[in-house]
Amino acid sequence: MQATGSGATATAVRPGRRPGQSAPPPAPARRAGRFNVKAALIPWLFLAPALVIFAMFKFWPMAQAVKMSLYEVRPYLGDRWVGLDNYRQVFTDEDFLAAIGHTVVLAVGQTGGSIVLGMLLALLLEGSAKHLWVVRTAAFLPTVAAMAVVAEVWRILYFPAPDGAVNSIFDWFGVGPSQFLNSADSSLLSVMAVGVWRGAPYDMMIFLAGLAGVDRNLYEAAAVDGANVFRRIWHVTFPALRPVFAILFTLAAIRGLRVFTEIFLLTNGGPDGATEVMMTLIYKLGLERGELGIAAAGSMLLLAATVLLTVVVRAAQTRSSRQVS
Amino acid sequence: MASGFDSALGFSGRRGPVAVVAKVVVYTVVVAIFAGPLLALMVGAFTRVPDPTSLSLTSGEFTFDNFTRAFDRGVLGYLANSFIVVGGGLLLQIAVSISAAYSLARKRFPLMKLVFLLILSTMMLPEEVLAIPLSLVLSEVNLTGSLLGMIVPVGAWAFSILVMTEFMKEIPVELEEAARLDGAGDLRVFWSVVLPLCRPALGVIGIFGFTMIWDQYLLPLLVATDAQQFTLPLALRTLRSDEEVGVGVLLAASLLALLPSVLAFLAMQRQFMRGLTSGAVKG
Repeated sequence: MQATGSGATATAVRPGRRPGQSAPPPAPARRAGRFNVKAALIPWLFLAPALVIFAMFKFWPMAQAVKMSLYEVRPYLGDRWVGLDNYRQVFTDEDFLAAIGHTVVLAVGQTGGSIVLGMLLALLLEGSAKHLWVVRTAAFLPTVAAMAVVAEVWRILYFPAPDGAVNSIFDWFGVGPSQFLNSADSSLLSVMAVGVWRGAPYDMMIFLAGLAGVDRNLYEAAAVDGANVFRRIWHVTFPALRPVFAILFTLAAIRGLRVFTEIFLLTNGGPDGATEVMMTLIYKLGLERGELGIAAAGSMLLLAATVLLTVVVRAAQTRSSRQVS
Repeated sequence: MASGFDSALGFSGRRGPVAVVAKVVVYTVVVAIFAGPLLALMVGAFTRVPDPTSLSLTSGEFTFDNFTRAFDRGVLGYLANSFIVVGGGLLLQIAVSISAAYSLARKRFPLMKLVFLLILSTMMLPEEVLAIPLSLVLSEVNLTGSLLGMIVPVGAWAFSILVMTEFMKEIPVELEEAARLDGAGDLRVFWSVVLPLCRPALGVIGIFGFTMIWDQYLLPLLVATDAQQFTLPLALRTLRSDEEVGVGVLLAASLLALLPSVLAFLAMQRQFMRGLTSGAVKG
């Protein structure tokens, strides 16, 4: 299967030409033999702003987090070394275990829901007609809306009274009324639905880019061979979209576990901790209860899980792409 | 077989009345689900909505009251904060990205691979994961309680740097060589040869940076020490818990927080799509 969805893998395919690395600047070349400090410094000067900002706001906090996770952090009293105690507490504390569970459920649900719905949308809305472009653009708007706005709108739409907006629509179909965010039974699912609502159009656009790269002749050929729509999608479209799935899973691995803003604004972990995820719990422990060490240990766990997941997804992806070629 | 596969489903080949009706129904449902809530927000902002159950798409009476009352609550100030943060952050982010990309794409130096890896690895270190120590670092360097604290940390974004680097790699080296033969130094080459050719990529990182910074929530939350420094997205939560403010006022403020990113997206849709499909991974 040579025809892969190209658009989405543009970066994977390096341009054949690799400019920029040849042609030493003429001036230093004439002074050959002497090590040119200035020329050696130039790349670093151009990189400096980025590296300084990353060092200050990514790597330094990360080093701090590693250190804090091993101490009982006591402002003014001096920190006390506790070894792996904080980690032990994270892994035994019921709240933390529940939060880990909610995080995983939410991440899996949102990722899966967005991919399935996004794929469906992409298939339904593929095409070059102008009206399709309008529909696609309208459907994409949730993705560019700020999460804070999305949360406020859905809090209002989810209003748990029978004449709340979503409940009114449920009523047409004889469902509900639901308590949505207000009940421990439905709150996690309600949050998940908002995530899918915002995530599916994003996935749709990436799928569409992949679909655009599928060779039309393959569809013709499949049709001539008598394959129906489902067989055509299964045997021609899906294999061609393999790189797209890989990208979406990588994204999901990086983003899935760190969900914060939507929970913070929709439920703040409630009711009764039913939607407490790792990040909201870490936020509360660290910034409201001053348990900095335990919060840091939780962050480290989150980071480790993210890295592990990314590596696993990457590995699975290289293996499957090797099988294809 | 007449051609007609402009899509995987091959719908466009069929033109019967049933197919047309089915299509109209599908498109209506899709738009209603995804754009409907935002439309409700827009309508609600311009009608009287004392409580969530009175939100209606059809029966409202047009009013500007929600906005005037939102302005009384300082929403314009929050909006100004948001624009300062997004303007400053975006300028810094673009400058930092093109500068770093110039090195990564057009130079060769020791430790280049390591630098590249470090930049990639920051994608796995979002503010969320670092929230606790980040808030300490921010106060150590005196960036809490100032909008600068929301601007500087977003100044370097791996996605922007990588998109820019990929783009710069494709600029023909001959152009650069010609300039160097004319005696141009690095700054000169960077400024008058490479940069003008990067304009299409500037659009891509510009629109992505804009929506990314506009969507920031946790960072402003960590930085702000009182309501004076709130960006509009942060202020929505305060407005909501304000008993005297009705749903309509909240919706008016939400609309003001929604429009900039939506308008930016609509204006630069082509660049946005290019970034979505060429950047591959953004974190």
